[in-house]
Amino acid sequence: MIDVVMPQMGESIVEGTLTKWLKKPGERVERDEALFEISTDKVDTEIPSPAAGTLAEVLVAEGQTVAVNTVVARIEESAAARAAAPAAEAAEASVAAPPLTPAAAAPAAAAEAPPEEAPPEAVGPLSPLVRKMLREHNLDPRLIKGTGAGGRITKQDVEAFLAARAEAAAAPVPTPPVSPPAAAPPPAGEPAPAAPPLSAPAPAPPPEAPPARPEAPKVRIEPMSVMRQKIAEHMILSRRTSAHVTTVHRVDMTRVARMRERYKAEVQQRYGFSLTFLPFVTRAAAQALRAYPLLNASIDGSNIVYHNEINIGIAVALDNGLIVPVIRNADEKSVIGLQRAIADLAARARSRQLKPDEVHGGTFSITNFGSYGSLTGTPIINQPQVAILGVGVVEKAPVVVDEDKIAIRSVCLLSLTFDHRLIDGALADQFMLKLKAVLENWSEEVL
Amino acid sequence: MRVCELHELGRISYSAALALQGELVEKRKQGLISDQFLLLEHPHVITLGRNGRAEHLLAGPEALRRAGIEFHRTDRGGDITYHGPGQVVGYPILDLRAWRRDVVAYVRGLEQVIIEALAEFGLRAGRVPGRTGVWIEDRKIAAIGVHVSRWVTSHGFALNVSTDLSYFRYIVPCGLAAPVTSMAEMGAPASPAQVNRALAAAFARVFECEMIRPVIPVEQAR
Repeated sequence: MIDVVMPQMGESIVEGTLTKWLKKPGERVERDEALFEISTDKVDTEIPSPAAGTLAEVLVAEGQTVAVNTVVARIEESAAARAAAPAAEAAEASVAAPPLTPAAAAPAAAAEAPPEEAPPEAVGPLSPLVRKMLREHNLDPRLIKGTGAGGRITKQDVEAFLAARAEAAAAPVPTPPVSPPAAAPPPAGEPAPAAPPLSAPAPAPPPEAPPARPEAPKVRIEPMSVMRQKIAEHMILSRRTSAHVTTVHRVDMTRVARMRERYKAEVQQRYGFSLTFLPFVTRAAAQALRAYPLLNASIDGSNIVYHNEINIGIAVALDNGLIVPVIRNADEKSVIGLQRAIADLAARARSRQLKPDEVHGGTFSITNFGSYGSLTGTPIINQPQVAILGVGVVEKAPVVVDEDKIAIRSVCLLSLTFDHRLIDGALADQFMLKLKAVLENWSEEVL
Repeated sequence: MRVCELHELGRISYSAALALQGELVEKRKQGLISDQFLLLEHPHVITLGRNGRAEHLLAGPEALRRAGIEFHRTDRGGDITYHGPGQVVGYPILDLRAWRRDVVAYVRGLEQVIIEALAEFGLRAGRVPGRTGVWIEDRKIAAIGVHVSRWVTSHGFALNVSTDLSYFRYIVPCGLAAPVTSMAEMGAPASPAQVNRALAAAFARVFECEMIRPVIPVEQAR
C-alpha cells in the first residue's frame, strides 16, 4: 500500500482543502494521473497520483481541510504496475519471470537486443500510456530503444518496436525485401493533423537501427518551434491578406559609398559600431514615407489608417527564425542615430532581450538580404503594414553614364513589395524614385 | 534570465481563451515553450470557480441571456466573477518550479504586479488580509483565481479599468458582498494598451523575467 499525502504547495503553506476527488475508491489510477484537487487561497491545484494501482481507501472527504503531509488516501499497487515499472530488481532477479521475456513471436529481436541495447536500469520513468502499452503487449521495456528525453521510451518507440517485431516475424516467409517506405516510422502520417506539437515526439533521431529493422531511417521528424509555427502561419496569412506586387529599382550608391568610406573609421572609433549602408537606406526611406504617407498606412476593414509616426521595422535573422524590431520615429533620427538603433536592436534580438514595445507598432519594414549577397528579392509584407523594402547587395558594376560613357559605380537593387489593394504601381514607383533621388544625391553630412 | 512571452490578444471569448490556455499549459509542461503572459479582454461573461457556490449567481439563465452575458463553470480557484469590456484580464502560464514552488507566494506576486501597475497611474492599492485580490480602501479593483497543474499555472487575474460596474449586480463577486471599483471610477482613466504596458513591466519585475513579444502575435497566428 502506498500512502498519498497532502502535498506542501509552498513554504508558508501548512494546510490545504481537499476540494475534489477525481477518482473513486476501487478505481484504477496511473502514476502521475491527476488523483485529487486541493485549494489554497484561490489557487486550485491538481495533485497527481504517486503510484499506479487501485485507489484503495479515501481518508479525507471533499471539503475537508487537513495539515500538510496528512495521509489522504491509500493506493494498492497493482501487480502489473509493479512488473512494468522499470524495477532494477526485476533485471537482476533472473530471466525466469515470464512477463519480462519478450513474446515468443520475436525470437530475432529477443536474441540480439537485450545485452547491449540499453543498460538494465536505464529505462527511466515511463508514461502511463507507455506502461499500459507495455503491459498489453507483454513487452520488456529494456528491449526498446528510447528516443525521448533522456532516452525515455515514447509511444512511438513502442509502436516502432512492435512494427519491427511483426516485420521480423513475417520476414522469413515469401516476399523477400519489404519495400522501405513501408518500414518508415509509423508516426509520420497519423498524428499530423491533430495538434502536432502536443504529441511532441522528441527531436532526437534513433541513434542506432532498432533490432530487426536493418534500414536506417530515411527521415527525421522534429516538431517546429513555436516561433517557426508562428512565422509560417504569419507568412501564409500575409499572402492571403494582401495583393503582393514587387517593383525593383536600380540605385547608384556611389555617393553614399564614398560618404561611408570617409566616415567608417571615425564612426567605429568614436561610437564603437561599424557604419553600413542600411542606415542610409533607412533614412532615405523615412523621407520618402514622409512624401508618400500612403506607404506608411494600413488597412482596417474599409478604412485607411494613416500613421503619423514613421516607425520602421528592420528584419533581423535569428538562428532559426526572424524578428522585426522597430525603430520608432525613424524620420527624426540621423544616420548615426539609425545605425546605433539598428546595431542595438539586432544585438538584443539575437540575445532574445527585446522589450515588448520594441517589436510592436511598426508602420513599414526593411529587410536587408543584401548582407547575405542577394541581388534582389520579393519580400512578404509584415501585416498589417502595406509595404516592405528589400535591400540588395551593394556592388561595383559598369554603368552607362553621361549619355555614352561607361563608368564603374557602386550600385544596388532596391525592391519594394506593396499591397496593391491600397497602393497602385505608379505611386509605388514614385515612392521608389524619391528614395532613389535621396540616395543618389546624398548631401547630408554623417558627422 | 528567464524569458516570458507576452501576448496581447484584444477581445477574445472566454471559451477561446480557455482553449488557448489549455494548449499553452500542455506545451509548457512539455518544455516546448517558455513562460507565457496573456493579456486580453472578454465579452460579458460570468464564471464560477470549482469551489464557487451557485447561489452567488443572482440572476437566472434567462435574465443572463437577455443581458447578453455568457455563463461558464471553470476549474480555477475562487468563487464567482464577472468579466467584460473595459476589464484587463491576465492569464500567466508559468512553470512555478522555475520561480518558486509556492502557490501562495504566486498569488501574492500577482497582487504585487497589479499594485505596482496601478501605482503608475497614481492609484494606491493594497491587500486586505485574508481576502485575495487587490483593493483600494474597502473596494475591490482586481480579482484573482488560479489553477495549477504540475506547477504550471493557468487562469489569473481581472483588473477593472473602465468596466461597467453595474454588471456586478448579477453576482456576489468572489462570494464577498464588498463593493467593486475600477480605475476610471477611482479617477485614473486609462486605455487597455496603457494598462497592459504597466502590467507587463510590473510582471517582469515581480517574476524576475525578461518580457519579450513573439515575432507574430498569437491572435494573428491563429
